[in-house]
Amino acid sequence: MSEPIAFSAAANAKIADLLGRYPRKQGALIPTLYVAQDEFGWLKPEVMQLVANTLELPLSSVLATAMFYTMLYKKPVGRFHVQICTNVSCYLLGSDELMAIAQAALGIAPGESTPDGLFTLESVQCLCACDRAPTLQINKEDHFKVTPAKFKELLETLKTDGVKLGPPVGWLADQHHAHAAHA
Amino acid sequence: MSTKPTAYTPHPMEKRVLLRDHLGVDFTRLENYLAHGGFKMWQKAMELGRDGVLAEVKASGLRGRGGAGFPTGMKWSFLPKDERPRYLVVNADEGEPGTFKDRYFLELDPFRQLEGILIAAYTINAHVSYIYIRGEYWNSKAVTEDAIAQLYKAGWLGKNIQGSGFDLDVYMQTGAGAYICGEETALIESIEGKPGMPRLKPPFPANIGVFGMPTIVNNTETLSAVPVILEMGGEVWAALGTPKNGGTKLVGVAGHVKTPGLFEVPMGASMRDVIYTLGGGITDDREILAIIPGGSSCPFLTKDEIDVAMDFDGLKPVGSMLGTACITVMAEGLTDLLGVMQRVTAFYQHESCGQCTPCRQGTGWLKAIADKMDEGLGEDAHIDLLISACNQIEGNTICAHGEAAAWPIRSIAKKFRPQLEAAIRQRAAAHGYVVKPLAAHPAA
Ligand SMILES: Cc1cc2nc3c(=O)[nH]c(=O)nc-3n(C[C@H](O)[C@H](O)[C@H](O)COP(=O)(O)O)c2cc1C
Ligand code: SF4
Ligand code: FES
Repeated sequence: MSEPIAFSAAANAKIADLLGRYPRKQGALIPTLYVAQDEFGWLKPEVMQLVANTLELPLSSVLATAMFYTMLYKKPVGRFHVQICTNVSCYLLGSDELMAIAQAALGIAPGESTPDGLFTLESVQCLCACDRAPTLQINKEDHFKVTPAKFKELLETLKTDGVKLGPPVGWLADQHHAHAAHA
Repeated sequence: MSTKPTAYTPHPMEKRVLLRDHLGVDFTRLENYLAHGGFKMWQKAMELGRDGVLAEVKASGLRGRGGAGFPTGMKWSFLPKDERPRYLVVNADEGEPGTFKDRYFLELDPFRQLEGILIAAYTINAHVSYIYIRGEYWNSKAVTEDAIAQLYKAGWLGKNIQGSGFDLDVYMQTGAGAYICGEETALIESIEGKPGMPRLKPPFPANIGVFGMPTIVNNTETLSAVPVILEMGGEVWAALGTPKNGGTKLVGVAGHVKTPGLFEVPMGASMRDVIYTLGGGITDDREILAIIPGGSSCPFLTKDEIDVAMDFDGLKPVGSMLGTACITVMAEGLTDLLGVMQRVTAFYQHESCGQCTPCRQGTGWLKAIADKMDEGLGEDAHIDLLISACNQIEGNTICAHGEAAAWPIRSIAKKFRPQLEAAIRQRAAAHGYVVKPLAAHPAA
């Protein structure tokens, strides 16, 4: 494995605060995995090990928990994580069309990332804003009552922004890493 | 954080004691919450004492708004009378497809829930409370975290709250994209940092809950109602609803309706009125094909089954349940019911935690059959196979996810057979296949 990694001082302070909230260290595991994810982009093997060391937990416990939850990323995620709700109410009101638009605009299928690391596309379950369907989420932001026209425009804007911002840090190395980890 | 609120007039059919977005006040600011009577009920709780609060909650007939409708007062009194620390866990993991009610409190009126938490924690004598908010609810998490910080700063949380001698720490905990963590024992496992796999009951959380200690798990809407109940008095709240179903209920209407949204009605309101009056009627004035009464775990209803009272008992005659009381409407001519069924099977298959065979395998079967039908390879006998698979899941699992997966599919297979048979033929024709007639199938 590559060079050792460490949490920033800010992340360590957050984790110390989290540890104070639970009578057992493992209680802080999911919030700590989020901290780690924010810091390193995704939970690559050495990040899982770092979390295990920090919380003094066996690596197996960290892996078991990380594997269970879809929002804890076990592979790299692009700069813009486009998550389209395809559950019933959104399906009734046109989520398939939104998915088709995204696939055409980005050239990838759900579950895939663009090779330049700018986009990851995903179909997700009910975002529980069905009265404002169809819905989608891009990174941490909700988009409600999304029309095909609005969505096309949004994707164009993100593409332009993406070119300016570039892929997440370490995208190429992480891609190789993810392939190696899954091989 | 929240968009600038604007005032509006709710429909006269509504009875609003919980919802108040129509006032146009930004209730995410503590000063506004206090200016509208906030935390007065905490003071009243201190005057009433633990037994007094419990008596009011029992008198109110409040039943859990998480979907199962268990009487809240009774749940609180089940805690063992021992010296172990207790926990109050708030279920804000809203994830039931079709539901969008807890989001309201979390995003727009977070102190209602927090005052409810203070009162409930005091009543059951818990000094730590975890609010478990669904991972995808980024805005809810930000608003709630900010509200908690405002309370600590103003001395409404922490040690010796407002000189009362009562201590309470409230921590926001977040889920990470697993629907099953809405099930209370899976949620407890998740707070402990483990995969969200439901526990066998008994022991119940009241005895062995989070970190092995006595725990009360309540839904966000349940706890948000508590200050209102103290304000009105338990009996006045109870009288708002129907016998055994006290108070008001948040109801949602979504899907093919003209004015989708979140509303508040007295318990026992007519579902037809909720759909046609509050929901504004069906898109293009069409007929209803099917409705899901309260989240996709509930058996589907036909258009002839909506003359029911929206309370925890009112849907029994039509073989369904109130669930979360957020209705999904599917219109005739606009709905591909086979497509809907495929989505529902995919959801429960994806969200099964996998620890019991009937649920893990059964949800896989349901999805595989629905996929086959969807791909044009369906047969009429598949409809019976669906029913048979549902029957084998039901009652044979650790948690109610099994039933949640089986009931809606069985209801579609039984009540909408002609529509499914037509859809199977239409899909097959689109692919140039011929559907095997039922008689030719050995299972027929
Ligand atoms: C599969 C499954 C999912 C559930 N999801 C939720 C949920 O998202 N929110 C919720 O409050 N209750 C949910 N529940 C119900 C909880 O287990 C529990 O009954 C509820 O939190 C108790 O609170 P209450 O008494 O205030 O309703 C779910 C139950 C099951 C079986
Ligand atoms: S019924 Fe399904 S979700 Fe519930 S414990 Fe069993 S496998 Fe897990
Ligand atoms: S179905 Fe998409 S938000 Fe509920």
